[in-house]
Amino acid sequence: MNDKSRRELELAACEVRRGIIEATHAAKSGHPGGSLSAADMFTYLYLRELRVDPAEPEAPWRDRFVLSKGHTAPGLYAVLALRGFFPREALLTLRHTGSILQGHPSLGITPGVDMSTGSLGQGISAAVGMALGGKLSGADWRVYALLGDGEIQEGEVWEAFMSAAHFGLSNLCVIIDSNRLQIDGEVAKVMSPYPIDAKMRAFGFGVCTIDGHSFDDMERAFAEARACSDRPFCIIMNTVKGKGVSFMENNASWHGKATNDEQTAAALAEIAAKRAELEEVAQ
Amino acid sequence: MSERKATREGYGDTLAQLGREHPDIVVFDADLSGATYTSRFAAVCPERFFDFGIAEANMVAAAGGMSTVGYVPFVSSFAMFATGRAYEQVRNTVGYPHLNVKVCASHAGISVGEDGASHQCCEDIALMRSIPGMTVICPSDYIEACAAVRAAYEYRGPVYMRLGRYAVPVINDRPDYSFELGKGIQMRDGSDVTVVATGLLVASALEAAETLATEGISVRVINIHTIKPLDEEIILRAARETGKILTAEEHSVIGGLGEAVCSLLSEKLPTTVHRLGVQDVYGHSASAAVLLHEFGMDGEGVAAAVRRLVNG
Repeated sequence: MNDKSRRELELAACEVRRGIIEATHAAKSGHPGGSLSAADMFTYLYLRELRVDPAEPEAPWRDRFVLSKGHTAPGLYAVLALRGFFPREALLTLRHTGSILQGHPSLGITPGVDMSTGSLGQGISAAVGMALGGKLSGADWRVYALLGDGEIQEGEVWEAFMSAAHFGLSNLCVIIDSNRLQIDGEVAKVMSPYPIDAKMRAFGFGVCTIDGHSFDDMERAFAEARACSDRPFCIIMNTVKGKGVSFMENNASWHGKATNDEQTAAALAEIAAKRAELEEVAQ
Repeated sequence: MSERKATREGYGDTLAQLGREHPDIVVFDADLSGATYTSRFAAVCPERFFDFGIAEANMVAAAGGMSTVGYVPFVSSFAMFATGRAYEQVRNTVGYPHLNVKVCASHAGISVGEDGASHQCCEDIALMRSIPGMTVICPSDYIEACAAVRAAYEYRGPVYMRLGRYAVPVINDRPDYSFELGKGIQMRDGSDVTVVATGLLVASALEAAETLATEGISVRVINIHTIKPLDEEIILRAARETGKILTAEEHSVIGGLGEAVCSLLSEKLPTTVHRLGVQDVYGHSASAAVLLHEFGMDGEGVAAAVRRLVNG
């Protein structure tokens, strides 16, 4: 990846992070921690990887994205707004009465959302069903599903993984956001799913582990995923929960609460500083 | 009433026919395709039959996903697992997005028989009725099951269809039979009391009505094959014209047809209603015939319940 492309993505990720903080602050609730850990992935997916058209959000030829870790909807909404699926102002209506932005992704309510999710473990099954349909119809679109490392404690997830490999769903790319924290604390201490890579290999997936904050890693990983023609592929991304807002980083207490006014100002200042730094380097 | 056939068989036979007519139909099963008769679809459309193994939660949510890319999934297992184990998948990944998935579950009710209480699901109607936008169908015989499967395919939206293991009398074999979603069918007119029945209890109610006629009790029998949305008009008319209502279902009296009828009548036309059903207990192992007799769901049992209602 060249410097220009990387910088463009880094700047866009700042916008996604700003959207996450502003939306959850306006909602006075929501899940910033896991939205921020996946913010770089949301950015890469919607700016580089997914074939989608904001003017035609239900185009039959589009790639599908299922946010199986549905509580991180603010991250998805922020990137959908950035990509032009709906006006950015809508972010400030998150979780409000009558908003197109429900607390968790809702099919038919938000342009660009491909499946209702939020109850952990179900999104990946829905993605398996989509990929199965894609295979059956001979379509060339692909299905992407993003899960949390806490989410994979759900038994249904492993039913879904088993079926994805069994049905040979090479059009399915699973991404696991391994930020190592869940509501009650460290994933490893609450109920360890590790090692995830060995489990995914054993379940019949092609696997690669990346730094979830490196766009170069993502570019390589998705190329590998697309080249994997005989089995589903899993990208495990090591991330920092709360990434980009220093007081939230690696702190489980920011899983599911919004910043107050003061914290919001501090978070937005930090994101703005990062942005200014990137712009300065660009000039 | 000599011929007997299970509703699950009507499901499988019709799926096989519909599958040949409609390339958008796909069928999922969870290692029970012989018992649910989806094997008959698999035999003619093998490329569109998917066995998900013993993993109902994944199967149901995958059906939700597949319905968004142009297919109409029919998903089968036993009622206990399709609506019990996978309840939340039906609720959140089929019901909430109002997806075009048909959950068609066999082995509902106590007539499962020898397998016993673990497999005798008497709560499925209650579970499925409670999901907003869900259509709930319980065919009374083989012919009605065939018609209901076609109607479910033609209807766009989530459907739960309750099917039985037990071979039940064929009661709808007549040239003028027609099935309309949400419309009850008056099977027999009567003036003293109405039995509002669903599933295999419709045949029992007809048998009871014959017996009771010889005792001078005139029984109207209504077949409610669609429990949700409920045909309010046919029930209100019966309440007005016959005064007393007995509901009859092979399901818990909690949350099923009986409760739906009571809710309707208490709000719109307070009427004396007795509910024949499973009285908040579990079943047990025995033959279906023995269980139906024990639970008062054969013709004799329905007749006794009507007598209690009329004379009490």
